[in-house]
Amino acid sequence: MPMYSDKVMEHFTNPRNIGEIEDPDGVGEEGNPVCGDMMKFTIKVKDNRIEDVKYFTFGCGAAIAVSSMVSEMAKGKTLEEALQITNKQVAEELGGLPPNKMHCSNLGADALQKAIRDYMEKQGEVKQ
Amino acid sequence: MKTINLDYTAAAPVDESVLEAMIPYFREHYGNPSSGHALGEKPLEALEEAREKVGRLIGAEIPGKDQIIFTASASEANNLALKGIIAAGKKKGNRIITSTIEHFSILNQLKSLEKEGYDIVRLPVDGYGLVDPDQLEEAITDQTILISIQVANPEIGTIQPIEKLATLAHEKGVPFHTDAAAAAGWIPIDVEKTGVDMLSLAGDQFYGPKGSGALFVRKGIRLRPLIEGGIQEKGLRAGTENVPAIVGLGEAARLAHQSLAERAEKVASFRNQLKEALFKEIPHLHLNGHPDNRLPRNLNVSVEFVEGEALLMRLNMAGIYVSSGSSCTSQALKSSHVLEAIGVPPELAQGSLLLAPGRESREEDIPYITEQLAQVAELLRKMSPLYHQYLKEGKNNANVQ
Repeated sequence: MPMYSDKVMEHFTNPRNIGEIEDPDGVGEEGNPVCGDMMKFTIKVKDNRIEDVKYFTFGCGAAIAVSSMVSEMAKGKTLEEALQITNKQVAEELGGLPPNKMHCSNLGADALQKAIRDYMEKQGEVKQ
Repeated sequence: MKTINLDYTAAAPVDESVLEAMIPYFREHYGNPSSGHALGEKPLEALEEAREKVGRLIGAEIPGKDQIIFTASASEANNLALKGIIAAGKKKGNRIITSTIEHFSILNQLKSLEKEGYDIVRLPVDGYGLVDPDQLEEAITDQTILISIQVANPEIGTIQPIEKLATLAHEKGVPFHTDAAAAAGWIPIDVEKTGVDMLSLAGDQFYGPKGSGALFVRKGIRLRPLIEGGIQEKGLRAGTENVPAIVGLGEAARLAHQSLAERAEKVASFRNQLKEALFKEIPHLHLNGHPDNRLPRNLNVSVEFVEGEALLMRLNMAGIYVSSGSSCTSQALKSSHVLEAIGVPPELAQGSLLLAPGRESREEDIPYITEQLAQVAELLRKMSPLYHQYLKEGKNNANVQ
């Protein structure tokens, strides 16, 4: 078993914000089951802020902890702020990830950004 | 907390009498078997006794006719067998035949040999992991210098028709090596009956110490040593013998030989009951490997919609120790080549669990194991996008096998 930080273990054991928002404002998926990790984020946006964020994750301990951490970091942030969240920051917030988990399991920020861009695109279409 | 080991292929405690047999060779009988004086006598005697005991476990005529070369692992024995016979160069040619589900100590060597220009044929296996003897027969050419196919697979437990495969090899005059690391000590192995020319085994797979292994070499097979130096092990493995480990291997072989059927039956009974309980309680569970033709101590299942490392970590928290063929649990981050070879879809391979009981496994623990795995599977499925997709669309792998 890889050596995970206490923070990773804590999020893995008690993952926050699991689920899928009904009628979400944005949806973002990243990864695939073939490589072993897959995340689906859904967000609710109000007044340009992420009011709620939920996810489903198929993956290893790191992938689950990453999803949980991203959801915590994103909640309440403006869209611009949330777009600034990077995979590297997420790993740092988790007290680090084993080197071999940095790429394949650390997809949470990417999935979140996809959800935000999905929302923005939909907004754009509405405005046009 | 209650702890339950279901990962005995990774490590098992050394048998008490194995340990007792070893201890004198650290203390009063510490001598070097190569010494000409009295200190070497007892260790030398112990080496030859251990050789006979290992020979008996695999039906070999030791001493006199054939050889047992002690090594530090089955991986080393596999290396000595393949590299040794090629370097000896008795048979001319460049083709080596193996299967796609061999241990990495076979496959990685062959990958290197391929780069050097050898023609490596990796025979495919069927959905249960069985090599087709007809395909082996077709693959043998007059350029074939060696065939290496395992007795049984460590991951899915499938037992190959070794006697038949070795006979085909010999009909074409090709030497046959078999990796018996997973099988030795658990199913009857008879080098005379099967006719294999070389066989690798590891003591730690049947309650001997780690760092103990052996290669059986039939009389007439010529090898070059991997480690050159002194003339220990008939010049095939230089370096002062690890006498305590060899004594331990010998004692473990003696015990395994003595109680093989009883040991296998007990562990198979546990395995069968565990399998039945798991399949009764957990939906979307898939068996990997053959329903019957498998090692007694092997159960391999895939828990659909979830990933193996997460399962492993959750079970670890419940005191249950297992391993997985998922990519996240491998150092190379690649999912099991064995599961891929038998056609398990990638997402099911990611959710695979190897449950390897030992003779210590207790039937009264089965309800706890079942309950914990059922809970963990449910918990992880609830957060799995694949499971929710299945609930919505009814799409899954239920019919793939």
